[in-house]
Amino acid sequence: MDIFAPIQWFADWLVYTIFNTTKGSQLGNTVNFFVYDTIKILLLLSAIIFVVSLIRSYFPPEKTKKFLSKAKFPILNNLSAALVGIVTPFCSCSAVPLFIGFVEAGVPLGVTFSFLISAPMVNEVALVLLWGLFGWKIALIYIVSGVTIATVAGWVMGKLKLEKWVEEFVYKVKIKQAYEKKLTIKDRAHYAKEYMVDIVKSIWVYVVIGVGIGALMHGYAPNDLLVKYAGPNNFFAVPLAVLIGIPLYSNAAGTIPIVSVLIAKGMAMGTALAFMMAVTALSLPEFIILKKVLKPKLIVIYASIVGLGIIFTGYLFNVLIR
Amino acid sequence: MRIAVLGSGCATCKRLHETVESVVAKEKIDAEVEYSTDVTKIVELGLMHSPVLVINGKPADLKSNSENDVKEAILSGLE
Repeated sequence: MDIFAPIQWFADWLVYTIFNTTKGSQLGNTVNFFVYDTIKILLLLSAIIFVVSLIRSYFPPEKTKKFLSKAKFPILNNLSAALVGIVTPFCSCSAVPLFIGFVEAGVPLGVTFSFLISAPMVNEVALVLLWGLFGWKIALIYIVSGVTIATVAGWVMGKLKLEKWVEEFVYKVKIKQAYEKKLTIKDRAHYAKEYMVDIVKSIWVYVVIGVGIGALMHGYAPNDLLVKYAGPNNFFAVPLAVLIGIPLYSNAAGTIPIVSVLIAKGMAMGTALAFMMAVTALSLPEFIILKKVLKPKLIVIYASIVGLGIIFTGYLFNVLIR
Repeated sequence: MRIAVLGSGCATCKRLHETVESVVAKEKIDAEVEYSTDVTKIVELGLMHSPVLVINGKPADLKSNSENDVKEAILSGLE
């Protein structure tokens, strides 16, 4: 049974009975889609953010760095860093202290980069939304390809000996006092609730705009609109989608409603996913923040590797899902 | 008392600074509020996230960045 059936029932009732639009008309379809998707996505998001924040509270970065500085097998370190990157609290505000903290703890640079690549690229909100909208297979491929890229890219960057392109002051920072926070389960639930309210408050507008654009396209754009330009047979669609995604900065929550409609209108799955990952993982504001600790050359290398990884994922999806 | 908000200059950091200022004004607390974007200070405290609320030189036990929790943390620093 579809657990979202009550929402569809509500949307039908609101749009066809209360607003009195004709079922099957363009206007009716558009408004119905908007009501249904807005409620569904906001509910999904709230539930996901609460659960993820609860899990996150068990993996504070202060603990993560201890764990990563001790691991002993080269590529496995990168893999665990990539996995930890999925659940660790991460926002662009924390990228710089995280980076310095890892370096200070003696975590190798390549392992740190595995973390820095996976944290924004494999986004747990995106993961669950993909699951909810496209099914578990898509969600699984998304996570596996993201973790693989982060692992391999970090490992390669470790081999390149890039330490000299980190700003010197980073190596001089020393921790003066240790800090450990003791939390009860009640504290964690409280933190998760506040975090959920905070995030939903700051992104609901983007979700509504995203769904709004999506709904308009759903109701009014012809179904094969994008097949020619962005369908699986256009070889250049994937790199182009990535290029378009770089200057755009949004969170996954605002991007996914648009992406789901782009797919419905004929864009290939991989191309759409590559676009979403580029929007969330390759962001100019984040690169500017990282400039505090990384020299421009290293930022370019970081961005290129992530970009190539995303392009690869795009092609992979386009080949796997036909 | 001395209160400091340490951050990397992001939106969340600025919001926390504003919350602290408003709590101090509303509760009429005699405090010196400092806002710093020097990230090395955060790491020196053994922390790796941002923003951080520091009360009298010690990272505060901040449950969340909501006004209530900020107030609670500042008031418990008074004792």
